[in-house]
Amino acid sequence: MDTHLHDRRRFLALGAALAATPLLSACGAGFGGDDSKSDGSAADDVTGSFDWKREKGTTVKALLNKHPYTDALIADLKSFTEKTGIKVEYDVFPEDNYFDKLTVDLSSGRASYDVFMLGAYMVWQYGPPGWLEDLGPWMRNASATGAEWDQADFFPNLLQADQWSLKAGAPLGQGGQYALPWGWETNVVAYNTDVFTKLGLKPAETFDELRELAGAIKQKAPGAGFDGMYGIAVRGSRSWATIHPGFMTMYARNGLKDFTVSGGKLTPAMNTPEAVAFTEDWAGMVKQGGPPSWTSYTWYQCSSDLGAKKAGMLFDADTAAYFQAVEGASPASGKIAFHPGPKGPDGSLATNMWIWSLGMNAKSKKKSASWLFLQWATGKEHLLKSAITHNHIDPVRKSIADAADYKDKMGHLPGFIDTFETVVDQTKIQFTPQAQFFDATTSWAAALQEIYGGQGAKSVLDGLAGDLADKVG
Amino acid sequence: MGWRLALRPYVLIVPALLLTCGILYPFGLGLYYTLFDFSASKPQPDMVRFENYETVFTQEAFWNSAWVTVLYAVGAAAVETVLGVAVALLLHRSTIVGRILEKILILPLMIAPVIAAIIWKLMLQPSVGVVNYLLRPFGLGGVQWTDTPTGALLSSIAVDVWVYTPFVAILALAGLRSLPTSPFEAAAVDGAGWWYTFRRLTLPMLWPYVLVAVIFRFMDSLKVFDIIYALTEGGPGDSTVVLQIRAYLEAIRFQRYSFGISYTIVLWAVVYLAAMVLVKHLGKIQRKAAEVK
Repeated sequence: MDTHLHDRRRFLALGAALAATPLLSACGAGFGGDDSKSDGSAADDVTGSFDWKREKGTTVKALLNKHPYTDALIADLKSFTEKTGIKVEYDVFPEDNYFDKLTVDLSSGRASYDVFMLGAYMVWQYGPPGWLEDLGPWMRNASATGAEWDQADFFPNLLQADQWSLKAGAPLGQGGQYALPWGWETNVVAYNTDVFTKLGLKPAETFDELRELAGAIKQKAPGAGFDGMYGIAVRGSRSWATIHPGFMTMYARNGLKDFTVSGGKLTPAMNTPEAVAFTEDWAGMVKQGGPPSWTSYTWYQCSSDLGAKKAGMLFDADTAAYFQAVEGASPASGKIAFHPGPKGPDGSLATNMWIWSLGMNAKSKKKSASWLFLQWATGKEHLLKSAITHNHIDPVRKSIADAADYKDKMGHLPGFIDTFETVVDQTKIQFTPQAQFFDATTSWAAALQEIYGGQGAKSVLDGLAGDLADKVG
Repeated sequence: MGWRLALRPYVLIVPALLLTCGILYPFGLGLYYTLFDFSASKPQPDMVRFENYETVFTQEAFWNSAWVTVLYAVGAAAVETVLGVAVALLLHRSTIVGRILEKILILPLMIAPVIAAIIWKLMLQPSVGVVNYLLRPFGLGGVQWTDTPTGALLSSIAVDVWVYTPFVAILALAGLRSLPTSPFEAAAVDGAGWWYTFRRLTLPMLWPYVLVAVIFRFMDSLKVFDIIYALTEGGPGDSTVVLQIRAYLEAIRFQRYSFGISYTIVLWAVVYLAAMVLVKHLGKIQRKAAEVK
């Protein structure tokens, strides 16, 4: 009896403890990567004249994130199959767990997906382990790439954003082309025209004005018939995604850097006196004019609040405001205008960007067919159709941004095209490329929350910089 | 015929053997990985022996996470136990209302904790959430539930309590219904009051059931991930980054696989030790309860 009881207890204890190890089983077997990199590219195997039908009968698997750009792509896939004879099978995941799925899949070393969506920041994480195919040789091979693809038509800053030498701190625009820009977002200020008109306000031209404006709206708007309205919606959750839109844009416009690079060594710079002062001001702006429960705010809450007339302004991706501004999309549609946002002290409109890009799995067994897909998806024909008939806005190609049909479509949104044209040339990735980007920016977001919670900006940012110096430096 | 009989015991243990291997193989592999510096940026790792564990134990972040994990587990398990037993005692009186409530009580258990956390996140939202709307008439409509470190931790515990108190209540209720009636009848004949009966009879005999519930809830709370991640993502700051979230961030988000698994192994050791202590205590309680009976 005692022995049975003892065994039962031990089993219970062991069972409970083993259940604590779900991550272990997720790791699979064997070290997943491969250090050896071949100098030759599969692109070199493609010879002869260019032919869309070259891979007829092949099936390509794509991993996609749920997004209006994706909806536009899926709606047009039939055209690709008709043009090439290639079938595309795809899985779509919501953004919350899309990158976890992609990361686990790529790190396993399998070729479950031949092509996938990724952001330019992900190149810094997926590039160094050799998970991404260098698309440069494919782009340069006239047998693999049709003349109408027209590389020069891309905004050069977008193409450069997906190009990197895989060396921490090295500037973008050099080395391999690890993804192709497909859809992008620039970070600007969108505002509710009703509240601005009623309170006699004008969009802020400086950061000081923006902070005052945010506070003034929060104070005055509820009394002017805008029940529960606050000043400015910006992201605040404990995530890397909090740093890159409005915060990094304003940070860069103030001439600030995340890291300084000297002799290949990265030194955190988010604790310089200027950066500390800016961060304090940003947290102060959120306290004075930001949303309640800011620390849980993602792009979704920010965008929804602008649409629900809860936020007077939004400093985030232009698309986050656009999807609320289109007719019938939200209570605020028709009452949302766009503005480049505050300039830096020297007049800078340096803007950070997010690029939805398309990449190819380096382990894919169907690289030639995958390249045809990437070429079509980033080509003029599909992107123009997606921009006009769907909501694939912010074109990565100059010809589409200049197309009369596109301008007609977007023209009714006050300030949208002017804002886009004002910031497009100054929009680039303002972060220093390095593989620990997600750790650094997640910790940065946590630090921002602590400062917002009342802790001293200098000590918090010094702690952050010390921690990152070990990890990144 | 003889060989079939001889083989039967071995055939019977095959499923259990496969299950055990299915658990132990990844566990052993994970343990092995922790001896390397395997990460996305180093796919061909070097053996670093126990360096990952040294780093874990010398990191301030680890001790912060360990403290938050313990606070969460003790807080959630304690509140759930007290509330669960109280609810069970109320439901034990077999009234019509009790029987209806008994059915309703299990509803939170049917909702995935992550869904419950997302629903609660919306309900706790200060400007549009229903909780502040209901509190507004009492002058409490402006509570920022998850904006402060204490608020975020207490809100996470509250969601855990909402989801899992029924589990404790059901276990305690089953225990109450299985208690022998004769000691209670004897106490009634002797004129014992409710409090005396509860303290001297009900509680000692109910303890083994309550402790089983505590073991399950404490173990589970030490491993919490879903509720906190959906509600606060570990924020504000690092205030709700429990060990599982830290392990997830390190292994999956930041792709430092060996280091992330080291966190999980440490958590496994903590859970194992806690389980050993609690299960040993359960034996003692069971023997005491048998004496009362």
